[in-house]
Amino acid sequence: MKRYSALELIRQGLGGHRGWDRVWRKPEPKPSYDAVIIGGGGHGLATAYYLAKLHGMTNIAVVEKGWIGGGNSGRNTTIIRSNYLFDESAAIYNHALNLWKGLGQELNFNIMMSHRGVLNLAHDEGEMRQLKRRVEANRLNGVDSEWLDAKEVKNFCPSINISGDIRYPVLGGTLQRSGGVNRHDGVVWGYARAADALGVDILQQTEVTGILTEAGEVTGIETTRGTIRTPKVASVTAGHTSVMANMLDIRLPVESHPLQALVSEPIKPILNCVVMSNAVHVYCSQSDKGELVIGAGIDAQLSYTQRGNLDIIEHQMASLMELFPIFSRLRMMRQWGGIVDVCPDASPIISKTPVKGFYVNGGWGTGGWKATPGSGHVFADLIAKDEPNRIAAPFAIDRFTTGALVAEHGAAAVAH
Amino acid sequence: MFVIDCPNCGSRDQSEFTYAGEAHIARPTETENMTDAEWAEFVFMRTNTKGLFAERWWHATGCRKFFNMLRNTATDEIHAVYRIGEKPPKVTANLPATPAGEASIGSGNDAVKIMTRDEEAAS
Repeated sequence: MKRYSALELIRQGLGGHRGWDRVWRKPEPKPSYDAVIIGGGGHGLATAYYLAKLHGMTNIAVVEKGWIGGGNSGRNTTIIRSNYLFDESAAIYNHALNLWKGLGQELNFNIMMSHRGVLNLAHDEGEMRQLKRRVEANRLNGVDSEWLDAKEVKNFCPSINISGDIRYPVLGGTLQRSGGVNRHDGVVWGYARAADALGVDILQQTEVTGILTEAGEVTGIETTRGTIRTPKVASVTAGHTSVMANMLDIRLPVESHPLQALVSEPIKPILNCVVMSNAVHVYCSQSDKGELVIGAGIDAQLSYTQRGNLDIIEHQMASLMELFPIFSRLRMMRQWGGIVDVCPDASPIISKTPVKGFYVNGGWGTGGWKATPGSGHVFADLIAKDEPNRIAAPFAIDRFTTGALVAEHGAAAVAH
Repeated sequence: MFVIDCPNCGSRDQSEFTYAGEAHIARPTETENMTDAEWAEFVFMRTNTKGLFAERWWHATGCRKFFNMLRNTATDEIHAVYRIGEKPPKVTANLPATPAGEASIGSGNDAVKIMTRDEEAAS
């Protein structure tokens, strides 16, 4: 893989830019691989990269029904943070955050990681108690988190409205300074380029139509481009986790809902951090292009259409206007949706299954993007060793039977 | 936006209704004899169908009654509304030809736009 650098840019420029390598190959599927990852989003490509880089498994493929990053990886609001309540969550999201910090350098690809700070606001005394509890829990787990009162919130984020005149005024909030945003496409492309350079075959426009087993063990997959034999199949398809599991009659507690987001017209820099509010429900940041990137809760109905209903958007806008009346003249430019696989405890599933050789990573619901490198890293470990490590183990599917749920609806900060 | 035909009130906007999840899940009667796995199956496990799906709604800002609906979750087309206690009717729906196949309109994923007209009776 030719390293990207200023020197390389100059060198290639002198040659009319005809010497650049393809960022990833377009290989024909081999008849067999040592492992196949279903799902070419951030989590899937990260899994492939770590399998190849850390476990020496380079004879592997990523199978993607559409184009890489075309699912939820291309549809999220790019928020990065690790300020969840419980020890198990702090472990995985902070693992991801630590990987995010060096990822651009490691992949030699600009992922536009911006550690600009994430504010989670409180609007009543109950929320204040909950958020202060979370600050202390975070600190015990090595997650950087601090409590700000309303004036300090305004100091950190000047464009926010802390007036007492609104229905639910801002009373304060938590701040994770190392949280922020990044470029979701850049992350997908960075992982794809690095994995491809290590020998991973990325098979786009290739849909898995069935999973083959013999005596309760995986032997391969059926795809729209033929049969592929493999002893290890790892499903990491946001939005289609149940569809994959249903191929093997594996029951999951997952429900797939639309999650919408939208961007405003581009404006000069006005919002310097990420602002999230549970009670006045909206979350917002400003992209480097100048657009406000806005999101809120899921649509209530199950749907695989990547579309939602307008009343959700109307509620988001009402909340945004309460917190930022300064944005009331902005035109909204583009709106879209994804499919989020929601678990009853708002925590993911990273698990072996009753079928030997079939692994599931899904159910991240509304909070998958921030976990991308951590998810890929521990999932690769699980696939390579056929055992979950300390970070992945609490997210096994049997927690719904044992009752060991990791209940993170509050910290998830997205209405369900 | 959906328009939903409430069996009691007629056609109303979807925002008047509250979603109530997968239909036809009967609460078990002898719960004290159930294993943890059987209880988890009732409380948590869901089919989450991509395609023809039987679900419940209730009319929150109207009659406030529950009813069942047959909707294609791959296209959002509503095929039938029927009362609690009734069985889902037979309908013809545009279903994905492959497990993760997508609707011919509304989805940006050009690689998997394969729909087929299918006769389907929801179970």
